[in-house]
Amino acid sequence: MCFNFKLSLVRNIFLFIRKFSNFLFFLVLQIIALYFLFTYNKFHEAAFMDVAGEFTGRISQRYNNVQYYFQLRHTNDSLVKQNTHLLNLLRQDYEKADTAIKFFTDSLRVDSLLTIQRFKYYDAKIVGSFVSTQNNYLTIHRGSNQGLPKNKEWGVISPDGIAGRVVSVGENFSVVMSVLNRQFKVNSMLKKGGETGPVSWDGDNPLYLRLINIPKSAQVAKGDTVITSNVSDIYPPGIMVGTVAEIVDDKSSNFYILKLKTATNFSNLQFVYVLEDLQREERQKIEDPYKKGK
Amino acid sequence: MSTLVKNIIRFALFILIQVFVLHQVPPLHKFITPYLYFLFVIWLPFGMGRSLLMFIAFLFGLTLDYFLKCPGLHAAACVLVAYVRPFLINLLIRQEGDQQNYASPSIVSMGWAPYFMMVFILTLLHNGYVVFLEWLNAGTFLYLLGKVLATTGVSMLLILITELLFFRKEKFRTNTV
Repeated sequence: MCFNFKLSLVRNIFLFIRKFSNFLFFLVLQIIALYFLFTYNKFHEAAFMDVAGEFTGRISQRYNNVQYYFQLRHTNDSLVKQNTHLLNLLRQDYEKADTAIKFFTDSLRVDSLLTIQRFKYYDAKIVGSFVSTQNNYLTIHRGSNQGLPKNKEWGVISPDGIAGRVVSVGENFSVVMSVLNRQFKVNSMLKKGGETGPVSWDGDNPLYLRLINIPKSAQVAKGDTVITSNVSDIYPPGIMVGTVAEIVDDKSSNFYILKLKTATNFSNLQFVYVLEDLQREERQKIEDPYKKGK
Repeated sequence: MSTLVKNIIRFALFILIQVFVLHQVPPLHKFITPYLYFLFVIWLPFGMGRSLLMFIAFLFGLTLDYFLKCPGLHAAACVLVAYVRPFLINLLIRQEGDQQNYASPSIVSMGWAPYFMMVFILTLLHNGYVVFLEWLNAGTFLYLLGKVLATTGVSMLLILITELLFFRKEKFRTNTV
């Protein structure tokens, strides 16, 4: 009796599976797809992303080989501008008050501070980029084979300002979460007053970002520069984020909402720099016990 | 050209056009994302088993997702389109035998009105699902509604243009020769 019952139950289950096999298969595929989506949104680790990244990177590179020529002028302009900026920082261009002492630089390391380097720059060519989706990513042609350390989030800047952060390092290609991504956040400050607040993108317009938590006591005007702050954990302080385009007076709180025009023009960006933070581990080691305590 | 080769070429072309043309267009408005690629799933042959149809749609969506770096988003929507398509075809087809007489859904095999009715419903479902999944991350209800409608409008326009540019002449196949 009991055996019979079990048998019929098993048979019924099989009948059920056969009858609804399409629907069950539909559910299985949906679950796999949604699982991919939500794990990626949370941790940026997706199944087969490494292999797929190499493949899509190669195809994007082909496309970029053509499209690159149309952006050459912009790329050149921004590089020249950055070169001028860097030349202005050169030590031999500054004259000391006492001109009797001739000032020169040589390969001998005189300044002991120079041994403590915090950021190491890698240049990278952008091979794939989007500005038209809600969560935009860039693909760059530099991976672990070209010396980029794996499994860390590195800051990425363009010649004009911040561009994003690395979320996945492949062998030859890496994926960079663009500033124009709803999950991107960076701590920034007003250059003039020094008030800090988080900058994020609200998904509306790829030309504008949003800076919140700026107290109304701050003196803000249109056109003011916003730069990365000292507490940002992936960027050096003082990298350009954008300029204030609109000041929204939020009546319900004591804070302004500032609309920023992005410093980087993402639609014709061709080269970026990846910043490796050499002191990251030390900083994390010293901060982690206190973060866990919260 | 055999159906398999034709569909492999279509697979690659739809992905490349969606990624390197339609997604490279500077965004016109936050409500508009021009989607065309899922027309591939609509164009697949009648005779395909439903599980196979869904599986191909899943692979197709996932390929696009890996290009756009959002694994799962379009795969989920494509599987939905593939799952609903047979129901709509059964509802909207003109004659009982047309699924055997023609190779795949088109204006010729189904007629203008039923075909575009099916395309419209599937487009609405696809865009609704994609935008809904995006909306779960952030956004307001107005955003959801506006984006679904605007994106569907643009998609329908693109599909109409594609159908007119690449008019598919379907041969009438019968057993009686």
